[in-house]
Amino acid sequence: MFKATELNLRNEQREKRWRLLFLLMALLLILPVLIILILLVYRGGPVISWSFLFEFPRNGMTEGGIFPALLGTIFLVVVALVFSVPLGVAAAVYLSEYAPDNWLTRTINLAIINLAGVPSIVHALFGVGAFVLFFEFGTSILAASLTLGIMTLPVVIVATRESLQAVPHAFREACWALGATRWQTIRRIVLPNAVSGILTGIILEVSRTAGETAPIMFTGAAFFVPFLPESVYDQTMALSLHLYTISTQVTGVPEDLPFGVALVLIGIVLSMNALSIAFRVYLRNKKKW
Amino acid sequence: METPPPTPDAPDVLANTEIAVRVKDFSLWYGTFQALFAVDFNVKQGIITSLIGPSGCGKSTLLRSINRINDRLGYVRTEGVIEVLGKNVLDSDVALPQLRKQVGMVFQRPNPLPLSIRENILFSYTLHTPDARKRTKAEKDQIVEEALREVLLWDTVKDRLDHSATALSLEQQQKLCIARLLPVKPRVLLMDEPCSALDPEATAAVEELIWQLRGEYTILMVTHNMAQARRASDECAFMLMGKLVEHADTAEMFVTPRHKETADYIEGRYG
Repeated sequence: MFKATELNLRNEQREKRWRLLFLLMALLLILPVLIILILLVYRGGPVISWSFLFEFPRNGMTEGGIFPALLGTIFLVVVALVFSVPLGVAAAVYLSEYAPDNWLTRTINLAIINLAGVPSIVHALFGVGAFVLFFEFGTSILAASLTLGIMTLPVVIVATRESLQAVPHAFREACWALGATRWQTIRRIVLPNAVSGILTGIILEVSRTAGETAPIMFTGAAFFVPFLPESVYDQTMALSLHLYTISTQVTGVPEDLPFGVALVLIGIVLSMNALSIAFRVYLRNKKKW
Repeated sequence: METPPPTPDAPDVLANTEIAVRVKDFSLWYGTFQALFAVDFNVKQGIITSLIGPSGCGKSTLLRSINRINDRLGYVRTEGVIEVLGKNVLDSDVALPQLRKQVGMVFQRPNPLPLSIRENILFSYTLHTPDARKRTKAEKDQIVEEALREVLLWDTVKDRLDHSATALSLEQQQKLCIARLLPVKPRVLLMDEPCSALDPEATAAVEELIWQLRGEYTILMVTHNMAQARRASDECAFMLMGKLVEHADTAEMFVTPRHKETADYIEGRYG
């Protein structure tokens, strides 16, 4: 009874082979991450030191540290967020909580999708035209951050909208039935329960923004600036551009130096991601439903 | 389940003939679909009126039109009049927060807000009291206690008022959802199948509570459960396919329905 036929056995063999194939493909994903990390730590690790992090580059950027670039990246990202977060969150609140389904809403949604699909080099050219030239901000942190901000807007909007939508509709209806206005409902119930998702989305976005090169290279980041930025109208160095410069534009750079810069950059990104995960876990435990 | 006996000192609410909600020639469309057809319906003050009918007959739609919670659906169009306490609530000069303060709503699925028990009770009070922030804690404590006592929940939850309301049992949640309406002293309570998410024991408890609120509040309750309509309401209205077929004393309707459709429905031939 119930003995496997030839056909069953053959199918079982096939089943095993397919399973193995899929497993291998999945495992392959780990490989590039591992190789990148190992290579960076192996070659870049010895470069990193206190003076590497906190000193200016010297000798045509072939020696010294990366402090202005490190500071510049943080500066650029923070100013970009100052613009994109309030704007993006407000837009998402409108789209999620107020917008009726009409042509205007559909147009806004279409714009967001298209904005997300614009290549970063096109954002850079837009930034040059709009912020550097038209608004006369010049090549400055302000212009570069605004360009980065516009680039991050779609992600902030989508992440925020999804977190708002994840708050059960029954809460909103309960509020409205008690006589709350939309805004009272949003402020007292919807936003407090969506904030963990919003912040996670923003932090993940920060890590991506920190690594962008194209949007800042024409708008505000410079190969070398001999002083630290003092206002948003100054130019600045940035890690991503610095990495590009010392890898391709400058001769006589020690071979391991770019790996050190890359390790710092990826270290910032990974620790941001870790922070966002930790934050999410913390806030999720506080949720009341 | 037994009918909860009316409390001896309850006012003789059945003698009251004042109308709290008057629906006149009311029709409603969802887009091109007509859900209600010229409904005429009077809800007397201070009693429990139940609204029965098969799924999709429009009873919830009618209920949700009275506090205009359906408004937010942009594609809803209405004709006719719904008067609450003598005022047509469909008029453009009606402020929705005021309407919803007077006309509270209890939902099918208990939906306490993701706040503490205390905050849930004070929520509508805070919304509708201009200087709510300046009120003393003692004053607010009293409001919370009164509301919870009125729904028979005080003794169970008095030691954990700052705990999350969503951790309560479904029965307690539904009672809390009724309690949070009371601090702003509504006149009408709309209940949309208030017991359908509850087990039989909890149903009995919530029904008993609703029965106790009778007299002080005008209660209009949609129910799917005919036994519930029969044991827990004074008057009963039967709806079918967007029309109000019959409205009578509950006892009368269940014994001698005037329409064939009503008789068929309450005998369980459809629905």
